Formats: sequence, C-alpha cells, structure tokens
Amino acid sequence: MTPIRRRTFLKGTLAASAAGLAAAAGLLKPGLARAAEWSKNAFEAKKVDEALTNLFGSAQTTPSAGVKIKAPLQAENGAVVPIQVTTDLPNVTTIAVLVEKNNQPLIAAVSLTGAAPFFSARMKMAQTSDVHVVVKSAGKLYSAKQTIKVTVGGCGG
Amino acid sequence: MARQTRIRTRMQDGATEILVLVNHPMETGQRVNPQTKEKIPAHFIQKMTFMLNGKEVAVVDMGVAVSKDPLVGIRVKGAKAGAKVRITWSDNKGESGEAETTVS
Repeated sequence: MTPIRRRTFLKGTLAASAAGLAAAAGLLKPGLARAAEWSKNAFEAKKVDEALTNLFGSAQTTPSAGVKIKAPLQAENGAVVPIQVTTDLPNVTTIAVLVEKNNQPLIAAVSLTGAAPFFSARMKMAQTSDVHVVVKSAGKLYSAKQTIKVTVGGCGG
Repeated sequence: MARQTRIRTRMQDGATEILVLVNHPMETGQRVNPQTKEKIPAHFIQKMTFMLNGKEVAVVDMGVAVSKDPLVGIRVKGAKAGAKVRITWSDNKGESGEAETTVS
C-alpha cells in the first residue's frame, strides 16, 4: 500500500511542478524577462555611446525638440541635481538619462508599460557636463542634451 | 533590513504623478573611507517597479549615479481616485522594499 501511494504522490508532484515551470516560462517570456534584467553592461559602460549600444543595441540617435529636459543650468551641489524629462513623442517605451563626464554615464533607464512619458529624479554629477536624454519612441531613438554646470562635484567627496 | 520607503501621489499637468522616496545610501563604490583608505563597496538600488492596480506601468533601472535617498517620479494618465499604487525596489545587495498607496 505504501509504495503505491508514494508513487502516485511523486507522479502528482512531478506533473504539478512541470506545469508550474511551463507556466512560469510562458509568463516570463514576453515582457517580464526583458524588464527583469538589469543591464549590467550598459550601467558599467564608461562612454555614452557604449552605454547606449548596450542598452538599445545602437548609439544612433536623432536630436529632437520633442524631448524636453528640465534641469538647472547650474548646480551648486553635484551630489543632488534634479532632472525632469518629458516628451511629446508617441509610443515611448524607454527613457534613458546619461551624464557624459560621469565615470559611469548611464544614470537611469526607465521602461514604460503604460505610464506617461515622464521621469524625474535626482542624480549625481562628477563635474560640469552635458546631460543626454535618449527616448525610444516607436522603435526609434531620439535625444536631447543640456549642459549643467557643477560647482562642487558629487562623486568622490 | 527595513528601509523607509515613502510614496505619494499628486495631480500634475493633468496626470497623476507618483513620487517615491527611499531612504538608501546609494554608494557608488568609488568613495574611499578617509580613515582606512579602503573603498566603500557599492550599494545602490538597481530596480524600481511601479504598479497601478496590480499592473506594471513602469520599471526604473538605476545606476550608481542616482543621488542618495532617491526621489523618483513617474506619471500615469487617467488614474481614478482610489486606484492602488504599489512600488517595489531591490538593490545590488539583495535588499528590497515596497510601499503602497491609493490615488487621492
């Protein structure tokens, strides 16, 4: 009696876990797997182009007036530089913020799956530098940049 | 370890803005402890996920250059009063946190 019960029990568990795995794989495949991956290469890249290539697969961007950066022209404290990004472009899927002269230029990459194309944060800047914002809209990359002057650097301290 | 995660919503330019403030050191891994001359290991938030009524609306991937105690904002259009907003975050040391609120 015992061995049979054990067998059916095992069979049951195996089937259940197989189904669970399949469901998990199916669910994770489209959006979540991509979103769940923190792009180490892009964040550790030392150059803007390198970071963009790692993030988007291309560093070719088109400057666009539709990408708006709201940030101070001069920041007194490089450790806390507020930035706000908005855009008029349609179907925005990703917003990336990069500081050219930071050791690791990529600040943040936002993947949007329903939210409005807007992002705000506070970032650290090592020194006066161009800030690039790259927006992926309908599969194409658009960019805008602004120079922010920094009087006291925010990295190293 | 529980870090304080605060969340609030407000109407801004016809959209609902969700603001999240996490009490987090955001160490870059490049700072040096002046006493020991040793590098302070990196410790920063990598991911922040925003959910509206259980549906993921935005994921913010962050690098080390987001300021200490990050204040991050995103906007959603057409969220009704009472809609549930939930955010979760995780950092490179495996710490995580979450916060929930409703759209006012």
